[in-house]
Amino acid sequence: MRVSDVLMEVPEKREMHVTYSRADRIFRRIVTAGALTSLIILGLIALFLVLRSAEVFRTFGVTYITGTEWNNAAFDPTIPVEFSIGPMLVGTIVVSLIAMVVAVPLSIGGALFIEFYAPRSIYKTLVSLLDLAAAIPSLVFGLWGIQVFTNIGIRWSNFLNDWFGWIPIFSVEFENFGRSPFIAGIVLGSMVVPITTSVAREVYSRTPRDLIDTCYALGSSKWGAIRAVVLPFGKSGVIGGAMLGLGRALGETVAVFLVLNLSFRYTYRILDSEGGNVASIIASKFGEATDFEIQALIAAGLVLFVLTLMVNMAASAIVQRSAGKVNR
Amino acid sequence: MAVEPEQSFLGLETRGAHAWFSAHHALANVSLKFPERTVTGLIGPSGCGKSTFIRLLNRMHEFIPGAAMAGQVLLNGKDIYAPEEDPAMVRLKIGMVFQKPNPFPAMTIRENVLAGIKLAHLQRDDHDSIVESCLTRAGLWKEVKDRLDASGGSLSGGQQQRLCIARSLAVEPEVLLMDEPCSALDPASTLRIEETIKELARKITVIIVTHNMQQASRVSDYCAFFLTDGGPGYLVEADDTRKIFTNPKDPRTADYVQGKFG
Ligand SMILES: Nc1ncnc2c1ncn2[C@@H]1O[C@H](COP(=O)(O)OP(=O)(O)OP(=O)(O)O)[C@@H](O)[C@H]1O
Ligand SMILES: [Mg+2]
Repeated sequence: MRVSDVLMEVPEKREMHVTYSRADRIFRRIVTAGALTSLIILGLIALFLVLRSAEVFRTFGVTYITGTEWNNAAFDPTIPVEFSIGPMLVGTIVVSLIAMVVAVPLSIGGALFIEFYAPRSIYKTLVSLLDLAAAIPSLVFGLWGIQVFTNIGIRWSNFLNDWFGWIPIFSVEFENFGRSPFIAGIVLGSMVVPITTSVAREVYSRTPRDLIDTCYALGSSKWGAIRAVVLPFGKSGVIGGAMLGLGRALGETVAVFLVLNLSFRYTYRILDSEGGNVASIIASKFGEATDFEIQALIAAGLVLFVLTLMVNMAASAIVQRSAGKVNR
Repeated sequence: MAVEPEQSFLGLETRGAHAWFSAHHALANVSLKFPERTVTGLIGPSGCGKSTFIRLLNRMHEFIPGAAMAGQVLLNGKDIYAPEEDPAMVRLKIGMVFQKPNPFPAMTIRENVLAGIKLAHLQRDDHDSIVESCLTRAGLWKEVKDRLDASGGSLSGGQQQRLCIARSLAVEPEVLLMDEPCSALDPASTLRIEETIKELARKITVIIVTHNMQQASRVSDYCAFFLTDGGPGYLVEADDTRKIFTNPKDPRTADYVQGKFG
């Protein structure tokens, strides 16, 4: 036999049928039902949001996304009714980004410390405390963050403005520094740090021990082993954890609502005392909204929903790309 | 009391070495010499402390929480456990290949070979020739020279293990420790690696743990037989490989190498 003989006649590829055993069939139905249920709930939410906000989008069109007016004309019927969330949408992205810039490095550092540098005697305690903290509603950390960072944040803002004021985003119109997107971002960051740290630590702790040992056997320091093996291994998991945190940050109302001066003006100056985000506009207007305004708020919810979906899709794309590189 | 460096003996040596895992006394009183440029096989039934012993030889033992040791391990007469010794430098001189082939998954073949140089911050500028010579010595160059930028994980198990050997060689160790390096491999790859080991012994000292008696008799110059009676593992005897396999002093050694227990 030679290769040419074997390749003389290559047949059609066959279908490969999978037959499941009884137990497998039942179990498959159960998990399929579970997965479908959550998909259906998600779909129903989206449907509800779309139906209830259709009128708003028909009336205002793209202006709803880009405009800078929010007017229900309840007090002054002479002004035309207009609803739009442009600055709120940008504010959502800006504040969430600041939160991630604060939270992700802190989480990675904290996770590496606990996993690789903390004394063994307190390791277990630290891990349980961290997992406990991750389970506490982020509101609690938000309230703490507001207490702590409204004042410290003003000092940091001052510093940033003094030294980096020439960078447009750190410039200010009024030297006030309180109630800015920057401070809201820090508070938001402090709210997501526990969950992202907890995920990152869990991911790092799963690094195969023999890979780390191999680094040591090559004369590496601990930091060398972390850079060569632990960080690449944990990358996709940490991105996942960060996205989980970002998902929380995007929808977080309280911190932003309590910290920021809501204002309907586009600004790139993150140290100025104005801004807002989609979640906080919903929270602040819902109580005394007119019927049509409620629809506009639901439309805001839809926008937030789509934004979160997009972030998650982007995240899984990043994760897949980095995983693909490993298996190249 | 400090032991005077004994310049007459070159190679690795243990004197009265003990190892513990917390309260568990895993290894007792092992005194052994590994002359330079020889291959020594460590044999014995499962659980007798071979892995513990080999990890003691390059200070990997201490990474396990609760691990402790006593006695001395001397490299060219100098105690590697002396307070002034930097463990990272010790491990640079005494490299290790693990049981499971484990190339760094995020790195290419080339990066894998050079990983140790980067990790230990060694100054080398002839990276290409290091890659070629290490892969050649590990017997892998011909198979991978056209795909050095492929991931290390894309190789077969036997190739991966030879890549791991090449990676260990790149930092120019004086001693190479191997803990069952062929136990996950097919017979052909195993023979391939055995040739590599014999080739390596022209330049460096090799210490290899194996459960395969033919392998021990094929590759090693000396053999050390370990045993446990339920308590700590200990050294039964160490001698020329031929002596261990044909005419050992201890009847238990004869039984073991003939496959009568373990
Ligand atoms: N990480 C550890 N923690 C606690 N005890 C350990 C640890 N590793 C090994 N031991 C114990 O030390 C003893 C020796 O184990 P070791 O792994 O050195 O055996 P071995 O000779 O390498 O066995 P094998 O041939 O199966 O690899 C055993 O009793 C084992 O239970
Ligand atoms: Mg072992």
